[in-house]
Amino acid sequence: MPKDHGIGASPKRREDVRFLTGAGNYTDDINIHGQAYVHFLRSDVAHGTIKSIDTSEAEKMPGVVKIFTGADFEGVGGIPCGWQVTDKDGAPMKEPAHPVLAQGKVRHVGDPYAAVVADSLEQARTAAEAIVADIEELPAVVDMGKALEPGATKVHDDLDDNLCYDWLFGTDTETTQAAFESAAHVTTLELVNNRLVANPMEPRVAVGEFSRANGEHTLHTTSQNPHVIRLLMGAFVLGIPEHKLRVVAPDVGGGFGTKIFHYAEEAFCTFAAKACNRPVKWTSTRSEAFMSDAHGRDHVTKIELALDKDNNFIGVRTDTKANMGAYLSTFASSVPTWLHGTLMAGNYKTPAVQVNVKAVFTNTVPVDAYRGAGRPEATFQLERVIDKAARELNVDPIRLRRQNFVTEFPYETPVAVAYDTGDYHATMDKMEELIDIPGFAARRAASEKNGKLRGLGINCFIEACGIAPSNLVGQLGARAGLYDAATVRVNATGSISVMVGAHSHGQGHETVFPQVVAEMLGIDESMIDIVHGDTSKIPFGMGTYGSRSLAVCGSAMVRATEKIINKAKKIAGHMLEASDSDIELKDGQFSVAGTDKSVAWGDVTLAAYVPHNYPLEDIEPGLEETAFYDPANFTYPAGAYACEVEVDPDTGKVTIEKFVSADDFGNVVNPMIVEGQVHGGIAQGIGQALLENCAYDENGQLLSASYMDYAMPRADDIPHMESYVVDHSCQTPCTHNPLGVKGCGEAGAIGSPPTVVNAVIDALHSGGHAHVSHIDMPVTPSRVWAAINDQ
Amino acid sequence: MQMTDSRTIAAPPNEVWDAILDPEVLKQCVPGCKEMSGSAEDGFEATVVQKVGPVKATFKGTVVLSDRIEGQSLTLTGEGKGGAAGFAKGGADVTLTEVEGGTQLHYDVDAKVGGKLAQLGSRVIDGFAKKMADQFFTNFQNVVEGPQNDDETGPDTGEEGAAPETSAAAQEGGEQKKGWFKKLVS
Repeated sequence: MPKDHGIGASPKRREDVRFLTGAGNYTDDINIHGQAYVHFLRSDVAHGTIKSIDTSEAEKMPGVVKIFTGADFEGVGGIPCGWQVTDKDGAPMKEPAHPVLAQGKVRHVGDPYAAVVADSLEQARTAAEAIVADIEELPAVVDMGKALEPGATKVHDDLDDNLCYDWLFGTDTETTQAAFESAAHVTTLELVNNRLVANPMEPRVAVGEFSRANGEHTLHTTSQNPHVIRLLMGAFVLGIPEHKLRVVAPDVGGGFGTKIFHYAEEAFCTFAAKACNRPVKWTSTRSEAFMSDAHGRDHVTKIELALDKDNNFIGVRTDTKANMGAYLSTFASSVPTWLHGTLMAGNYKTPAVQVNVKAVFTNTVPVDAYRGAGRPEATFQLERVIDKAARELNVDPIRLRRQNFVTEFPYETPVAVAYDTGDYHATMDKMEELIDIPGFAARRAASEKNGKLRGLGINCFIEACGIAPSNLVGQLGARAGLYDAATVRVNATGSISVMVGAHSHGQGHETVFPQVVAEMLGIDESMIDIVHGDTSKIPFGMGTYGSRSLAVCGSAMVRATEKIINKAKKIAGHMLEASDSDIELKDGQFSVAGTDKSVAWGDVTLAAYVPHNYPLEDIEPGLEETAFYDPANFTYPAGAYACEVEVDPDTGKVTIEKFVSADDFGNVVNPMIVEGQVHGGIAQGIGQALLENCAYDENGQLLSASYMDYAMPRADDIPHMESYVVDHSCQTPCTHNPLGVKGCGEAGAIGSPPTVVNAVIDALHSGGHAHVSHIDMPVTPSRVWAAINDQ
Repeated sequence: MQMTDSRTIAAPPNEVWDAILDPEVLKQCVPGCKEMSGSAEDGFEATVVQKVGPVKATFKGTVVLSDRIEGQSLTLTGEGKGGAAGFAKGGADVTLTEVEGGTQLHYDVDAKVGGKLAQLGSRVIDGFAKKMADQFFTNFQNVVEGPQNDDETGPDTGEEGAAPETSAAAQEGGEQKKGWFKKLVS
């Protein structure tokens, strides 16, 4: 029987009550007395020289408090990048300045160059229309290939060219070359990983405050990691020490990575609140979000797979261009390198893996992490080239994968990471069962009877989550530690507040984290609340991204709870006149082993705060413990996915008929939430595969900046629930964190895009269109139709 | 975005030529033109109100005439800034050839848009630009040839709904749609 509480149970998400009844407290719900509003003027050219900005008329307009331009930020730091990548020749990456408001030049459509603060938003917008900006349009670089050509227009005049870094990683060139020379077969594939816009339901918002009474700044912001924002903005941009800067991220309506980063608007509102001596609020419109939220993906790759005569993988070599956009966003540099190159071994024991990534500046919105961040790009390349190889060699794609699986753990890959545990055959077995491979031929025949082509796509993936061991990432260039922290505060009457560094913006931490503490203490989950998202309330925290919350912050919470148990046992031992080593905690009762003497949880917690009968000579009163947890390794969730599509050969329309996933997340605390995460991740992956594309024209104009032009997946783009099966029954627990958990937030978005494309190619081949070896995402009807008809 | 077309105007080339250089004529011909000043030598300054897809804006801009070969050909280059709506710029190479019954006017137009116009209107911009060019040269033909008894092709006023929509039904549809379009783009 499934458990009804604690670890392994699926209680409904307690936070949903407030979200679904309109009682949530989002950043835009925060309105502070006297608050002013800011409207940003954003460049409508992709590249231009700011000749002059005349604000004189606008300053006289009703309600205007102050108008800012780049000149107001000359003494202020720029938006920093949090990860330094080293070039293959040992030089550090190029880090161009990223001012809060553009200085001298604008470098992408949406680059803010002026800001109007006014009593009302309407007044700010009206006054903005009266600002006369003379911006001389310059030629723009949009295409990465053209950006790297000698003599190309430079995005940053002070750099030699548009190359941020040229990164070479993995097996040495000589060994890799030898593998390819000895190969019986080499499969090559060139592909594009399409640029995406994350589109969380809640656009970004920032409210800055300054207290003249105590000199304290407060920023309310839509962030996945308030402490990271405090660190970056305080130390690198505005020079505010931590004790004078509070960052609050209240309810946040989805992040998907794009709310990790420190944005200029946050620094602006914090700065302007002091300059204007009024709270300053900015709420992004959807149009602004499209041109100011960091975009995702945007890689162009050539991948080669070398196989020996027995179809064993002997070498993988990739050459990728990764778009950085016009400036380096917070983690932009790490995404195509350490979050991507390190996964290029996939689930396979390929002995030689070499990854080359050239990061390129272009006159486009900065690109950074989006759900999966680097790992979807790695998986897409590898699993597409394996599928192509299987077709070229006429072998079963499942058999080809199975024969090359890593089967012994721990496994040191040629790309710096060591998988601690996994069972890739088990997830493949489960996937085969769920998709019903034997029944596929009949389903294909039925589709063909209706004039449709049916394809089966399969895919395996691995990801590195639980980000990350600080000493390792420090060696790799990270400018921060990636541990996390939790404080367990037990109150006198036994209720508990757990202050966690992880931020919940859809993940359900408020439900899941209490399940863990309740299980450990044997008390009711309703006695436990999670506090997150406020640097003044939580001890510290690196936030939520990289499927890390439970694996890293959850581990800190476990460690803190263990400390609580140890101290509580000392108190109980004193109360029961027994040695604390003889005290057992079960179902919220402390008892002396082998006796019927016991005290209840609430008696012990009360004693901690009313220490009349208390071992004051040994321990302090109170019951509150903090733990920091730094993981020993990444975690390595893995899985096998399958998808069946129907293609209408007359229109090119692709319909997903069935999608199944078999994931290994290690131990699972709340199965319902895990399934929801995977369902959502797959839906986003289907969006990337079939629908979403952020398009620029050759002048750098952003063409897809509304939901009329940017196609988000809708309910009817994903299969009906009975054909949309997510399974996590294969569980090889993580070996190095106390919960044995691996993380599930990104898996769906990583595993699904190649699954869909593999299925489409399979469908086309079944219809006799054997010349189609690849279609770039999004696999739109027009692309499919063109591929079919390009004989 | 590029387009090419030609039409025959029932007037001799020198009359057509003079009309092209006349700001009053241009004002009547540019769809949605509210103001036009300046001269052929120094360039014109214009204010144009237009609606592209969901974006309506007042464009202030300049038109410069260059490469003038008297009575034969010239190039019009224009750029309009629409504030929050973005910008439009473009050029037209115009050639005049004497033909039977008048003058053949041939044009090659190259136009581009930026900012919100590109973000929200890119899918409709080609059709919009073609319509604008068509209207301009139709208006021009009417002005040069004299009044016609056809309301459909009268000089465009640029008033809401008058230029982009071509039928009463479309106008009604346009009015109805405005509500949700506005919500989408605000």
